[in-house]
Amino acid sequence: MEQTLILTGAQAAAEAARLSRVQVVAAYPITPQSKIPETLSGYVERGLLKAEFVRVESEHSAMGVCIAASIAGARAFTATASNGLAYMHEQLHWAAGSRLPIVMPVANRGVGAPWTILNDCQDTISQRDTGWMQFYCMNNQEVLDLVIVAFKAAERLLIPCMVCFDGFLLSHTFMPVAMPGQQEVDSFLPPYVPFHTLDPENPVNINPVVLSDTVADPDGVPSPGYMGFRYRLQKSLEDGLAVIRQTGREFGELFGRSYEDPLFHYQTEDADFLFVAMGAIVGEASEAVDALRGQGVKAGVLGVRVYRPFPAAELYQALRQRRVVAVVEKAISYGYEGALASELKAAFYGKSGPAPVIFNYIAGLGGKDVATADLVQAASESIAAAKSGTVPDRAQWIGC
Amino acid sequence: MSGQSSILDYPEQEFILPGNRLCAGCGVTIAYRFILKALGKKTLICVPASCLTILHGMYPKTPIMATTVNNTFAGTAAAASGFAAALKATGREDWHVLAMAGDGGTFDMGIQGLSGAAERGDNFIYVCYDNEAYMNTGTQRSSATPAGALTTTTPVRPKEQLKKDFMKIMDAHWLPYMAGISSAYPADVYKKFLKAREIKGTRFFHLSAPCPTGWAYPTKDTVKIGRMMVESCLFPLYEIENGRLSLTGKSLSIARSGGKKPIDEYLGLQGRFKKITAEQAAAFQRHVDEQWEALLARAGF
Ligand SMILES: Cc1ncc(C[n+]2csc(CCOP(=O)(O)OP(=O)(O)O)c2C)c(N)n1
Ligand code: SF4
Ligand SMILES: [Mg+2]
Repeated sequence: MEQTLILTGAQAAAEAARLSRVQVVAAYPITPQSKIPETLSGYVERGLLKAEFVRVESEHSAMGVCIAASIAGARAFTATASNGLAYMHEQLHWAAGSRLPIVMPVANRGVGAPWTILNDCQDTISQRDTGWMQFYCMNNQEVLDLVIVAFKAAERLLIPCMVCFDGFLLSHTFMPVAMPGQQEVDSFLPPYVPFHTLDPENPVNINPVVLSDTVADPDGVPSPGYMGFRYRLQKSLEDGLAVIRQTGREFGELFGRSYEDPLFHYQTEDADFLFVAMGAIVGEASEAVDALRGQGVKAGVLGVRVYRPFPAAELYQALRQRRVVAVVEKAISYGYEGALASELKAAFYGKSGPAPVIFNYIAGLGGKDVATADLVQAASESIAAAKSGTVPDRAQWIGC
Repeated sequence: MSGQSSILDYPEQEFILPGNRLCAGCGVTIAYRFILKALGKKTLICVPASCLTILHGMYPKTPIMATTVNNTFAGTAAAASGFAAALKATGREDWHVLAMAGDGGTFDMGIQGLSGAAERGDNFIYVCYDNEAYMNTGTQRSSATPAGALTTTTPVRPKEQLKKDFMKIMDAHWLPYMAGISSAYPADVYKKFLKAREIKGTRFFHLSAPCPTGWAYPTKDTVKIGRMMVESCLFPLYEIENGRLSLTGKSLSIARSGGKKPIDEYLGLQGRFKKITAEQAAAFQRHVDEQWEALLARAGF
């Protein structure tokens, strides 16, 4: 039975893992994620969660344990942030290349040096190309729901998924969260069936050295080379958006909160100016939209909930009729601009017909407060620059 | 296990099919064959980047008849922990988990994950097969390379530092079972694995695996070299059960009846030691003697 609780984002992630009946948890503490493994280890010790909790000595091992556990047929879960995620990097590629449905909430935090424990999204954006799916949450309800959705989508696609949510802004902030009952979650998320079942009579060699070309196995069956395996991962990700949409719709049918749409829309219907953003900053952008609407600007927000696989077609459709778009990002591809801005522009390349002028703002790095007034000003400047044709050739940093 | 095991006592089933990609005369396969015979088919093997990856074959062919999962270079122990956890969580604890990594993947890069797993006591057998360098990448020095050896990253001046004493490090983890084994003594390997498989927790083996390619000796001499290491007490055979050390096999008979050989003949047989200085060779011998004395004392001799 569903009940509404007041939870932090970290608690919501832990509750979602419990409701998803994870069987192996391996996690290493790092602010602002630590409450997740703390909560789950308590659940395991008190018998509220039937799982093996492996108290690993590092994030590299956390992911190593999850990879092996998932291969052996256990639903595997970890969580991390920041330098912990960076430390996992090699294993992230390994998990995706192995096609394992591991789910990992990441409490987004800036990456050193210099040290910061506070929020931005550089940690997960830096792992964009590892082959994982990435969902970004706007609030703690989404943290809880999307972890559960992620398991189902990941197990359908055999692709791991990061559920990203802003450190402190969500991880440590209490919000009302509707918590579904165990039975309902069980009916949504069936037990994990691994792709390969361990069988002593049919031994296999998983993830060996592969050649670059397709070769025949001893029975003459063509077996892919490295690129063939990698192409299959890409193909599954490309086709994956439809699966994520379907999974999000099924969740909505059961729980009344649909995640069929990879995008979140606020006041977009008649808007000719749109913020595009991911994560908690969508909330701040929504407040800026209210202020802008007060000034007579037809403004709106488009939140990107599913970032990998990238919903290029959906974004194109949602933006093509707008005049001005400001992409506000808490991360940057150093030496160029925000990754989301680049990808959004790419979605318009080669398309005829109207297209918005796209601006890019970098904001909120290392926990720097993003004030409503800053966003209102960014919107006004963008609209004026689009009108006068003085579009800056690089990303603008807010508050620097 | 007591008494002499005869060749008829070994299971007939072979887990390593004839024809694999390792160098002729490789020391790894000799022991590996007996390890797998002792553990049987319900064994899940974790393998990092190393010569062992090559032994396990290139997709879609493998000569190994037991389920193997390749993992990242530093990730062998964590993979074994993950399998142990998953097998427990899903009620399949009748499987053995065997982690098998080289000296580079153990002494150097894998040490963190292995130490973590060993401290937790995760339920698997870990074998470090020691060929005393990074062979798969072309014989670069590792912290297991002995002083006096040439490698491709100590190409002009032989390595100056002593080999790391990894058993001491593992001994500091209070393991239920540890053993020193050699490819030159497969019966001893087999016996110790039969014992280890009945024990729960992290069990650690240090396997001496002579390498003709990296050590530069004729391929026919692998067993001879391996025996010389044991006969000179450079690599003693022993086991440590819950902290109690006992010498085994040839090492036990040397402890009882003497016959310890000097190391010069061993050094002289290998190209890697061709530039060892007289001083280094003497220091090497002193080091071997001191370590052997300490081991004898601990074994109660
Ligand atoms: C993170 C990482 N760094 C480096 C390598 C390259 N590499 C592959 S095998 C190897 C050496 C293996 O040495 P060892 O563990 O002693 O095994 P051996 O090849 O001697 O059997 C190295 C350095 C790698 N695969 N991964
Ligand atoms: S390099 Fe040495 S350890 Fe590696 S396969 Fe050849 S002989 Fe064996
Ligand atoms: Mg080696």
